Amino acid sequence: MDALDVTGLLAIGFCAGMLGGLVGVGGGVLFVPGLVIFLGLTQLEAQSTSLLAIVFVALVGAWRQGRYGNLRVRDGLIVGVLSPLGVLAGTVLANAVTERTLELSFAAVQLFFAWSLTRRALRPRDRLGA
Amino acid sequence: MASRLPKLVVIATVGGAFSGLFGVGGGTVIVPLLILWFGYGEREATGTSLLAIVVIATLAAFAQGTYGNVHVGAGILIGIPAMAGVIAGTALQQRIPERAVAGIFAVLLVVSAAVLVL
Repeated sequence: MDALDVTGLLAIGFCAGMLGGLVGVGGGVLFVPGLVIFLGLTQLEAQSTSLLAIVFVALVGAWRQGRYGNLRVRDGLIVGVLSPLGVLAGTVLANAVTERTLELSFAAVQLFFAWSLTRRALRPRDRLGA
Repeated sequence: MASRLPKLVVIATVGGAFSGLFGVGGGTVIVPLLILWFGYGEREATGTSLLAIVVIATLAAFAQGTYGNVHVGAGILIGIPAMAGVIAGTALQQRIPERAVAGIFAVLLVVSAAVLVL
């Protein structure tokens, strides 16, 4: 690991955190490629290590959003605590269909969400006070 | 609450599945579902998603740690600047309109979908 790699890791870490703060994700979408490119980790090691960095981002982000009054603690904790159900469901799914099918299905879901969120954002929304 | 709990169970299941299968926190599915399904404001959805991710990622990191897949030093090295980033990101988010937050999120979803397909 040379100076360039360290600089790259620091920069991509900051960007991942920034993204997490802006849109409420953990930053894994940047952490994973960053760890592969700058440290040469395998995909599995990068995904696993990314989870640790995500804990840092999510903890600090949830704390800040709590201070700004944007946190519904009960709903967030329910979703988090019940998420192992999803890990089970994911394991069942992964054994039932091909990886390619999974990737394409999730991509389709994300595109649908992007479309719905954009439509909603373009609606007049004085009712929502924004 | 009676009608909310089943929806929260679905969000947890989809978020957990996405996290487990692709090694991310699950935020890209939790945030849209909180907005579109529960009528959360964008800022509230992102804040609440982060709290859910704390739990999801902690459980998942422990599980992967027992298999020896977590490089702790690397996680800390990339995680520390990320903490500075998230403080800046949440501060910036309070100063932009909620529909801009939704717009940035939509772009992220399209990029993430493209990465999955390619």
